[in-house]
Amino acid sequence: MSETLEEQTFDLIPLLAILEEYKNQKGAIIPILQRTQEIYGYLPKPVLKEISKRLRIPISRIQGVATFYAQFHLKRRGRHLIRVCDGTACHVKGAMKTVDVIHEQLQTPPNGSSPDYKYSLEIVYCLGSCGLAPVVVVDDKVYGQTEPDKLVRQLKRLE
Amino acid sequence: MESPVQPQPNPLTIPSYTDLPFYRKQVRIALRNCGIINPERIEEYIERGGYLALAKAVTEMTPDEVIGVMKDSKLRGRGGAGFVTGIKWEFARRSPAKPKYVICNADEGDPGAFMDRSILEGDPHSVIEGMAIAAYAIGSEEGYIYCRAEYPLAIAHLKIAIQQAREFGFLGKNIFGTNFSFDLYIKEGAGAFVCGEETALMASIEGRRGEPRPRPPFPAVSGLWNKPSNVNNVKSYAMTPQIILNGAEWFASIGTESSPGTAIFALTGKINHTGLIEVPMGTTLREIIYDIGGGIPGGKQFKAVQTGGPLGGCLPAEALDTPVDFDSLVQAGATMGSGGMIVVDEDTCMVEFAKYFLTFASAESCGKCVPCRIGGRRLLEVLTRIGNGEGKPEDLDEIEYISRNMKEASLCALGQLTPGPVMASLRFFRSEYEAHIYDKKCPAKVCRGLITYKVIEENCTGCMVCKRNCPAGAISGEKRQVHYIDPNICERCGICIEVCKFDAIMIE
Repeated sequence: MSETLEEQTFDLIPLLAILEEYKNQKGAIIPILQRTQEIYGYLPKPVLKEISKRLRIPISRIQGVATFYAQFHLKRRGRHLIRVCDGTACHVKGAMKTVDVIHEQLQTPPNGSSPDYKYSLEIVYCLGSCGLAPVVVVDDKVYGQTEPDKLVRQLKRLE
Repeated sequence: MESPVQPQPNPLTIPSYTDLPFYRKQVRIALRNCGIINPERIEEYIERGGYLALAKAVTEMTPDEVIGVMKDSKLRGRGGAGFVTGIKWEFARRSPAKPKYVICNADEGDPGAFMDRSILEGDPHSVIEGMAIAAYAIGSEEGYIYCRAEYPLAIAHLKIAIQQAREFGFLGKNIFGTNFSFDLYIKEGAGAFVCGEETALMASIEGRRGEPRPRPPFPAVSGLWNKPSNVNNVKSYAMTPQIILNGAEWFASIGTESSPGTAIFALTGKINHTGLIEVPMGTTLREIIYDIGGGIPGGKQFKAVQTGGPLGGCLPAEALDTPVDFDSLVQAGATMGSGGMIVVDEDTCMVEFAKYFLTFASAESCGKCVPCRIGGRRLLEVLTRIGNGEGKPEDLDEIEYISRNMKEASLCALGQLTPGPVMASLRFFRSEYEAHIYDKKCPAKVCRGLITYKVIEENCTGCMVCKRNCPAGAISGEKRQVHYIDPNICERCGICIEVCKFDAIMIE
């Protein structure tokens, strides 16, 4: 999958527009990365390389900034973020079963994305809704007392 | 005339908001316009006396006179350190290098704190005016507001306000027809708590990793792009116009001798009236918690109050008569910080509470210096061990040893203050730590490794609700028979207590 990422081509025209906008501002890497992430959804390596080349800033420095701040994502994320709670109550109620079913049926590994980047899956610790265990949050919607197969059917219906 | 409608309360009996207990003891200087004016209309700010202070400063006063007023007012930096603002400005003014920068620290990152956000959202012009006055005083023509990206409304209101201020000629070239020019830019943070530290903040504005550097040189000598810079908190700038307008004596007459003016707190936690309050310095914790905050809900006992956020400290009931000001709070064992105030009751375990703040602070360590990066981790391991019931008698010495070293050797305030909550809770609630370690008990019945759920046999009706709801399948028992919870299977999630209608389950 990482090869497809490297090979993937990106439309650089919007990036060039951003770089043009900030060209006279010193120290503008952070806003440039913020705007870039707004367009691409994350910070793809080829795009970072392009920024490095055009701004004449070493890629190591850009990478250093991108990894320092919590806001930046270096891995492509799916259109829908599935967060499965693996807190104590959810764990004993079978959270990992949900993870397995999502992995199997939607080809979305934990802390990864499906090949078509429709879904990303994250395992999180205690969302504070133990009474609803097992809890899954899809984008901003909370699903309680989830049954893996039913959840997958609902996920498949998403755009 | 008879009316079939229920009599309405007489409008004259509706109390003025200043008579409400929550507001009666408040004195609003920085918050004076919040909730009263429309922050998107500069006219409403002007109508309340806005930009008069800037006009007075640039047309009637010399920069040294402005600094003189600020020094006489003894305003101390509201970001937490409490350094006298006027002296800071004087250092920046005396620095010979040019250009100079004015920076507003709006990277408010403490969990549960929203003082700066409220000012930026509710009265952005007060901050802009304060920064412009500071710029005039130190001789700067360019300013930055570093605001965290998690505050989109604050950023939106600031953008509108800056644009309007430019249109009205309060920012830009030749302000009020003088030689003074000043303009202002917003820099958005990208999610790093440590960027609230001034040298890290400037590194972030420069587009680098937000790592602090040793001081000196202080920003007043070498700050942003190695030029003299003045960094103040949102609240300090928001108070500045009122000081210039009303004079140093007026400001110094409010509050205490060594900490004049007002303090702003975000009052949260186990308290009846949560919210943002602004009180004269020297108001006691008791007045804040009971008179303004309305006490503890549910008839519970007050246990502690945490001031200064995740880098502050907690104070026990014995310290309730401590006046809130920079020096008294430090003397009592906590800190002023930037204004978070979290009240907790008897249901909170102080070991767990300290662990919560430590988890936050150690996760936000930038990793540059060893005492903070490793000390925080080790400290968290010790606290986790104690909470799990695996604490050893020597752990308390270990906590003190690590804390002392972090405090002495860390590069910036984040590392120096990370052990604060642990040290304060160990100082005031040592017996709780000892109960965890020696008796393997959590007195507040919170720490999962140290509690057992038990069925109270007299109350149990054998309704089987808990058995059905237990996620771990730890409860056994037949219908109409007393149930039993197997402590080896029980996950201590507490669901059984929530669902039991007969109060038949207790924690030991």
